[in-house]
Amino acid sequence: MNIVVTVKQVPDTWAEKKLDAADKTVDRVSVDNVMNEMDEYGVEEALKIKEAHGGEVTVVTMGPAKAVETIRKALSMGADKAVHLTDDSLHGSDALQTSAALAKVIATLSPDLVITATEASDARGGVMGALLAERLGLPQLTQARKVTVDPGAGKVSIERLADNGYALVEASLPAVVGVVEKINQPRYPSFKGIMAAKKKPLTTLSAGDAGLDAGSVGLAGAGSAVVDAQPAPPRQSGTIVKDEGDGGTKIADFLAAQKLI
Amino acid sequence: MAEVLVLVEHADGEPKKVTGELLTLARSLGEPAAVFTGAPGTYAKAKAYLAEYGAAKVYVVESDDVAGYVAAPTAEVLAKLVGDASPTAVLVAATADSREIAARVAAKTDSGLIWDATAVSPELVATQGVFGGSTIVQSKVTKGTPVFVVRPNSTAPVAAPSTPAETPVDIAISDVAKGAKIVDRVAEAKSGRPDLTEAQVVVSGGRGLGAAEHFALVEKLADTLGAAVGASRAATDAGWYPHQNQVGQTGKTVSPQLYIAVGISGAIQHRAGMQTSKTIVAINKDPEAPIFEFADYGLVGDLFNVVPQLTDEVEKRKG
Repeated sequence: MNIVVTVKQVPDTWAEKKLDAADKTVDRVSVDNVMNEMDEYGVEEALKIKEAHGGEVTVVTMGPAKAVETIRKALSMGADKAVHLTDDSLHGSDALQTSAALAKVIATLSPDLVITATEASDARGGVMGALLAERLGLPQLTQARKVTVDPGAGKVSIERLADNGYALVEASLPAVVGVVEKINQPRYPSFKGIMAAKKKPLTTLSAGDAGLDAGSVGLAGAGSAVVDAQPAPPRQSGTIVKDEGDGGTKIADFLAAQKLI
Repeated sequence: MAEVLVLVEHADGEPKKVTGELLTLARSLGEPAAVFTGAPGTYAKAKAYLAEYGAAKVYVVESDDVAGYVAAPTAEVLAKLVGDASPTAVLVAATADSREIAARVAAKTDSGLIWDATAVSPELVATQGVFGGSTIVQSKVTKGTPVFVVRPNSTAPVAAPSTPAETPVDIAISDVAKGAKIVDRVAEAKSGRPDLTEAQVVVSGGRGLGAAEHFALVEKLADTLGAAVGASRAATDAGWYPHQNQVGQTGKTVSPQLYIAVGISGAIQHRAGMQTSKTIVAINKDPEAPIFEFADYGLVGDLFNVVPQLTDEVEKRKG
C-alpha cells in the first residue's frame, strides 16, 4: 500500500488565536504552532494500515518553512518520507486553492490511499477530504470512524458517521479516506523514532516545482476576501449565585424571567 | 429576480428545520429555489414544507444514484444548476454532509466558498465567527457563484406560503461521482433528542459529573427541556459519553438559545464550541471556574443537588 497522509501545522489548540492585523490571515507568527491535533489520527491510521498490509507512508503538507516541525513529528511517529510544499506565494491560499495544490503534489505520488483528518483546528472547514476527492477524481470516504482495507480485492470500506448511527460505505482503491477523532489512539513518537526522523527523506517543493500557476495561488487568487474583522464583543459575566439549597429553583426563576421555560 | 439555490436538508424526505431557515434567508437575497435530492419516493414528504417556507421553485432529483453515494452526486446536481440557472448564490446547511457537498460545488464551478456563516447580507457579505466566535469576520466571495455554508439557528424560520413550480433536473450522474457507495445504514441507540447542532436548548455535562452513569442527571434535565445533550472533551475522553456529543474546539460548535453547562470548567477548548449561545447557564462547585467569567447565570454549588432540583422545578412550571 502506497499511503499519503496530509497534515497541517496550526496555532496551538490551547492558544488564543488571532488574525494578522494587516492581511487578515491566521496569525501563525506570534503563537506556538503544532501539528493539527486531529491530523495525528490520520497519521496513526496510515501507520496502522501500513503495519497491517505493508507499504509506505508519505506525509504531505503545505505551509510555511517552519511547518517542517510538523513533518518531523509525523516522521518520528513512523511515517517513511515527506513532501513539503512551501513558497511565500502560497501564503493566504484558501481551502480550494490549497486542495488544488495538494492534489497536484499527491497525484505525482500515485497513492493507493490518501488519508486526511476531518478538520484543522484553525480554519475548521471540514472540507479537505471532500475537496481532495473532487480534485483527484477519487471516491470520497470521509467522516470515517472505522476503516477496513482489503488490498487483495482492491477495496476499502468505512463506517461513516451519521446523525443517528453510521453508514457503511465501500469503494475501490485508490480512494480518499477522511478519519474522525477517536478512530484510534495516536502513538507518541519514541526517542528512537525522533532520532530516525532526522534521516528520513524530505522533499521540499516550491510552487514552481509543483507546477502551480503563480496567478492561481495565494491571497490574491483566493475565492473569497475578508472585508472586515473585529474581536467579538466580550461576553459579560452575569449573575453568580452561591447555592443555599435552593439553587435549582433559582435557576428556574432565571429561566422563567428570560422566558426560556 | 435571480434564483438563490437552497439545498434541502432532510432525513428520508422529512425536512429539517434548518431548511426553513435557509429558505427564509434566501428570500432576502433573491428568488428561493429549493434543490431536493433523495431516494425515490422521498420528495413527497418535503413538498408541503418547502411551499410553506416560500420556495418559488423546487428542483427535484429522486434517484438511487444520488441517495446511494457519498456527497459527489448531489454536488454534480448543484453544479449543473449553477451552470444552468446562474443563481445569485448557493446556500447549504453547515452539517457534516452538506459542507462537503458545498466544497465540491465550489471546486466544480470555480467559485468562492464561505463556511459557517451566521448571516448573509443582501450585498452577499457573510458574517462568520471564527476561532470559536472570538473574532467576527465579514467576508465576500470574489470568484464565481458564492457558495455559503450557513450555520443552523442563524435565521429564524418565517413561513411565507408559496406554490412552487416543480422542475425535474435532467442529469445522469457520472461514474466517477459514484465511487463511494453507501451499502448499508445502521441506526444506533436513538435518543429521540434533537440534533446537537440544531437544538434550541443544549444541556452539557463535564468532568464534574465524575462517572458515566451520572450523565443520567444531564439527560433527565435535557429531556425535561426538550434539549440535546452535549459533553465536554474531558467527559468524552473519559469515555463517559459518546464522542459525537462533544462540544468544543475539537468537537461540535453549537449556538442554541439556551446552553446549560453542568460540571464544566469552561476552558478555551470547550468555550470555543459554545460561546455564541444566546444564554449560558453554568453549574459548577468551583467558584474560580472560568465558565463563570462568561456565563449569564452562574450557580456555585453541588450539581448533584442543583440539577435534580432544577429538573423538578422545570417540570412543575411546565404544568
